[in-house]
Amino acid sequence: MRGQGSAALSLGEVQTLVATRGQTARQTLTLYVRASFHVNSNKPNDDYLIPLRLTWDKGPIEAGAVEYPEPQLEKSGFSDKPLSVYSGTFHVVTAFRAPAEAVPGPATITGKLRYQACNNRECLPPRTMEIRVPVEIR
Amino acid sequence: MRHIGTRSLAMALLAVAALTIACSSSTGVAAAPPLKPEKDRKPAPDFTLKDSNGATVRLSDYRGKVVLLDFWATWCTPCQVEIPWFMEFEQSLKGKGFAVVGVSMDEDGWDVVKPYIQKRRINYRILLGDDRTGELYGGLDALPTTFLLDRHGRVAAVHIGLANDKDGFLHEITELLGARRAGTDPADGGTAALARAR
Repeated sequence: MRGQGSAALSLGEVQTLVATRGQTARQTLTLYVRASFHVNSNKPNDDYLIPLRLTWDKGPIEAGAVEYPEPQLEKSGFSDKPLSVYSGTFHVVTAFRAPAEAVPGPATITGKLRYQACNNRECLPPRTMEIRVPVEIR
Repeated sequence: MRHIGTRSLAMALLAVAALTIACSSSTGVAAAPPLKPEKDRKPAPDFTLKDSNGATVRLSDYRGKVVLLDFWATWCTPCQVEIPWFMEFEQSLKGKGFAVVGVSMDEDGWDVVKPYIQKRRINYRILLGDDRTGELYGGLDALPTTFLLDRHGRVAAVHIGLANDKDGFLHEITELLGARRAGTDPADGGTAALARAR
């Protein structure tokens, strides 16, 4: 069960992030949810539901705030409260700051995207997607 | 005239079929397969797990009973629909040779499952599943997945995803309960129990 199941979420092409020392650079992940499915938003309406969560590992540039899109409120037959979800295509943006003392040149930052997907019949087990972003520090 | 009648009947049947498909797709639930014939039933893989009271439970301990074995998780929203049905079945059929066994596949374990049991007042036994349990039952790629076991511990039906409705389950359970002593003896979980659980 754990870590199995077919993926309901896929990651679009990841562009190289150009980060200038002493400045902030914004990195956008484009995510695609399989048709008929949704993933919980970063703030689901029920404590038991597993939120979408992007975390970054420590690296040559510093991850700041992660910006999640506004969720869709989807009425379901399961609860009086609508589900707070993402479906279709959506974007998650992270602001990175390149320290003034960062070493110029190519680098990589890595992170993890935790998510859990359902449709109106079934739920797939929670999964963690490994994220790798190439960085060019100038 | 006869030709027209046959054609009308065919058209009517097509219309009913189309309506049935339309209704099924609009609700997003699939029609439940019938119970497997006895000759096609395979033994349910046995497992030993802990229940929410810390007791060790073996599935084979339920041999002789009809068992509804439900794999679920607290984060599974469609599972929330079925749990109240299963509580009703447990309530009305418990003394008739029937039991519901829920197996939670929550990674976070009892820390999340126990409060959920209390909040929902789940009245049937809940076990905490593990990777091995999932593998025994084909990987459990989707929840809920529910197995109906006959009195011999064999898999008589499998429902992957949210089932059509409560009555579909109930008919299957009642049929399995009635298989021991054919007929509709209410004491054997027959029609009276069916009516009570509705």
